[in-house]
Amino acid sequence: MEIEKPYSLSDYDKNEAEQIEALMAAAKEPYPDPVEWLEEELERNVMLTTTEHLVDLGKRFSVWPNTFFPACCAFEVISAAASRFDFSRFGMEVLRPSPRQADLMIIAGTVTWKLAPAMRRVYDQMAEPKWVIAMGACTISGGAFRGSYSVVPGINLIVPVDVYIPGCPPRPEGVINGFMTLHRKVAKDKLLKKD
Amino acid sequence: MIKTLAGAEVARQIGEQLPDTVTGSDETTVFVRSEAILDVARFLKESLDFDYLVSITAVDFLDHFDVIYHLRSMKNNYSVVLRTKCADRQSPSVPSVVSLWQGADLQEREVYDLMGISFEGHPNMKRIVLWEGYKGHPLRKDFILDVPGGGKAT
Repeated sequence: MEIEKPYSLSDYDKNEAEQIEALMAAAKEPYPDPVEWLEEELERNVMLTTTEHLVDLGKRFSVWPNTFFPACCAFEVISAAASRFDFSRFGMEVLRPSPRQADLMIIAGTVTWKLAPAMRRVYDQMAEPKWVIAMGACTISGGAFRGSYSVVPGINLIVPVDVYIPGCPPRPEGVINGFMTLHRKVAKDKLLKKD
Repeated sequence: MIKTLAGAEVARQIGEQLPDTVTGSDETTVFVRSEAILDVARFLKESLDFDYLVSITAVDFLDHFDVIYHLRSMKNNYSVVLRTKCADRQSPSVPSVVSLWQGADLQEREVYDLMGISFEGHPNMKRIVLWEGYKGHPLRKDFILDVPGGGKAT
């Protein structure tokens, strides 16, 4: 039994030709570019702000940490950097081995007096603006090793500290809270200092 | 499993070769005179195959120091403890064993740094953990801990 075709090939060609002819007949004038709605969108997206706020916003979301991790708190920073907590959400994922390219020094671990000159040198080599986070009990006060012959009893004796994150060690949530505290501090930076 | 050699048996073998060096022994340990430590160590390394020095440590007994060597034979899988008394508290000193086991280098420097026992014949006898000019040796029992948060020892 022969199956009846829905249309013949010649009908198909004829139909196609009609469509093309109709489109050609209609295509006399070009459509105008839709600029009116574009301008309207542009108006809705312009915000007015101060340069200071803009610069602070840029600084706030591009804080590059330096890798200065003397002891076990390092692993909590590493966890905070890894996919579960992921501090690249704050624009901080670029951990710089070179202090010249870093803005933030996270001191994560016990600092001994023998390491202290190296830490001070790394701090001095960092370009302004720069911030320091003291992470963990050992870094803040010497922790369990306070009163030892070799451990610095608080790194604020060596470098100025912006944010302290207590804990032994602090969990990644704590580390991220510390970062956000630092962000709030950065947001209040004055571009032109009065002194 | 590493077999611990009987101290008395090792002491007997040392005594046959090197008389007047051994001062005593117990189930794991051989006690020797500090002047003879290098000769005894050489005998243990060359004749009894103690080819590996696990660690060197020291104990403060207030009137004297003990220096303790943990030795092991990789070839025969046995171990022994060598112990020597260092009576001079003012300037304690024992012969170095770096010439026999290279691994003694850092260990002897650590003992010197924290206990103040000098090792004669060491190629580089200086502090390792603390810095040059540190006053005193902090693991001695009469060391006074004068640091922030430390308080004074009684």
